[in-house]
Amino acid sequence: MTTLTKTEDAPAPTGPEGFLSVRDLKVRFSTEDGIVKAVDGLSFDVERGRTLGIVGESGSGKSVTNLTVLGLHSPRTTTIEGEILLDGKELVTATERELERLRGNKMAMIFQDPLTALSPYYTVGRQLSEPYMKHRGASKKEAKDRAIQMLEKVGIPQPKVRFDDYPHQFSGGMRQRAMIAMALMCDPELLIADEPTTALDVTVQAQILDLLKDLQQEFGSAIVFITHDLGVISSMADDLLVMYAGRAVERGSVKEVLRSPKHPYTWGLLSSMPRLDGDINQALDPIPGSPPSLLNPPSGCPFHPRCAFKDQVAGDLCSQERPTLAAGRAAACHLTAEQKQTIFIDKIQPRLR
Amino acid sequence: MGRYVIRRLLQMIPVFIGATLLIFLMVNVMGDPIAGLCGDRQCDPATAAQLEKEFGLDKPVWQQYLTYMGNVFTGDFGTAFNGQPVTELMATAFPVTIRLTIIAIVFEIVIGITLGVVTGLRRGRPVDSGVLLVTLVVISVPTFVTGLLLQLLLGVKWGWIKPSVSSDATFGELIVPGLVLASVSLAYVTRLTRTSIAENKRSDYVRTAIAKGLPRRRVVTRHLLRNSLIPVVTFIGTDIGALMGGAIVTERIFNIHGVGFQLYQGILRQNTQTVVGFVTVLVLVFLVANLLVDLLYAVLDPRIRYA
Repeated sequence: MTTLTKTEDAPAPTGPEGFLSVRDLKVRFSTEDGIVKAVDGLSFDVERGRTLGIVGESGSGKSVTNLTVLGLHSPRTTTIEGEILLDGKELVTATERELERLRGNKMAMIFQDPLTALSPYYTVGRQLSEPYMKHRGASKKEAKDRAIQMLEKVGIPQPKVRFDDYPHQFSGGMRQRAMIAMALMCDPELLIADEPTTALDVTVQAQILDLLKDLQQEFGSAIVFITHDLGVISSMADDLLVMYAGRAVERGSVKEVLRSPKHPYTWGLLSSMPRLDGDINQALDPIPGSPPSLLNPPSGCPFHPRCAFKDQVAGDLCSQERPTLAAGRAAACHLTAEQKQTIFIDKIQPRLR
Repeated sequence: MGRYVIRRLLQMIPVFIGATLLIFLMVNVMGDPIAGLCGDRQCDPATAAQLEKEFGLDKPVWQQYLTYMGNVFTGDFGTAFNGQPVTELMATAFPVTIRLTIIAIVFEIVIGITLGVVTGLRRGRPVDSGVLLVTLVVISVPTFVTGLLLQLLLGVKWGWIKPSVSSDATFGELIVPGLVLASVSLAYVTRLTRTSIAENKRSDYVRTAIAKGLPRRRVVTRHLLRNSLIPVVTFIGTDIGALMGGAIVTERIFNIHGVGFQLYQGILRQNTQTVVGFVTVLVLVFLVANLLVDLLYAVLDPRIRYA
């Protein structure tokens, strides 16, 4: 909790409250087929010591957003508008030099696929040592001690021996642990985890999630946790952002969003999820259709072609006007609060039981 | 590793026997070695018969081959057309060709890889398109054209170099011939490196390296280059053999008395001993170069372990 007061003491930059705050971020890729609006007006905040979960289907802009935070997009084909503030420092306009100093140091990322994200040609230990030597000016020996300490912390047996192993000598779960250890080498204050457990089986997944939570308690870092697994989110995150077609459609605390979701897309996500105690004969209820092409997103609310409730909105509002997302607990939808309440209680809730 | 090397060395034996037998047969089919000995004049039948008996050419081919191989293993490669032992010819020719090959390989590595990295990192930009165009021209123009053109321009017109190489064939004299010899391979190395770099640039572990905050230079030299060089190393390794044997054209143009020159003379004079002798050594060079490339794999890529 001391970390929380720290943020409050810090001189407040223009407006944003969070340690990381993203304001009206727009990311566009120019491709041969046209301009892809991968992220279109996204805003969120993450405070120290808290975890923001971002969920959404593939191609909803979750990963792009976070690659942009670290500046890992290709500068030639990408245009970025908006603000990304890390502890008051603007990242969109920062030079490559400044970003280099922050990456792996103040902000670190855990990638999705630990098999390809680790270089096959260097030992795990060497790859772990690299950022520590670069950012802390540590000697090889100091970096090695630190790396062994981190490997031990993430639960890799015999870290001294394993230090000299190559990634292919590690199992999938151990590789992901090594990735986490690598991200934590310099005690980052912001940790972005991009589907860190997707490639793992459930027992390992549980261990890794526990590990992340422990580490967060220890270091008080802010975590952005990207996943499409709502089960993982419910046990991991404090706040939740639901993304669709490059935009945030619903925002709130995890409890609020999962208990009483307010956006038809979130309803769809929850109904698509099988339940352990559910009736075997009850069919799952997936969202019809597929995510829209971001080359040419639908007019108005991007979800309207797939939305089952758009006929309850007066006129062609859904296909003409883009609903806005208010601050705080909110959902970007034209349905009125009462309509949502009735639909949720009558139609959605029974399916979730 | 040790067992792997032994196995590979054993595998070389049949390859070696097959290759030498083939070349031996081909040279025997090609023409009459005695006619070559007599020069341009027609041979006197009595002398021819006597020479045939002296060289053992009246015996069946398989017996000739066995005798020859037996001699080779005792270090006797026979005599060349001018009465010099073939081993002596080799002792003068191989150092020259090795120097030429070294220069060519250095050109391939330094220029080829540098251009490949530069273009691979700037794919689609003017530098890339320009270099691609140049490599295409170099690949499509035959070596003798490049060689003669450079000889004419640099050697005769502008007088920057001596048009022909002296019998010493020092490194300095061999720079331009080495460049000519390397030109086509150099273009291939450039293209190979370029593709490899451009492909690996997008790989996840390069992104991880950037995400760790490593400077661009270090990302490129340590993480990107290391992986991208594996196909290039294979190419250069196998190219060593090709350069040593394939220098016939270049060595003719610049009058270098190396392996290619002697082979050319041997073929022209139909001297079995010279041709088979040199080719035998070249076969060995090829085999050893290939083995070294395979062993280098294990050094470059820790995932490869030979048992």
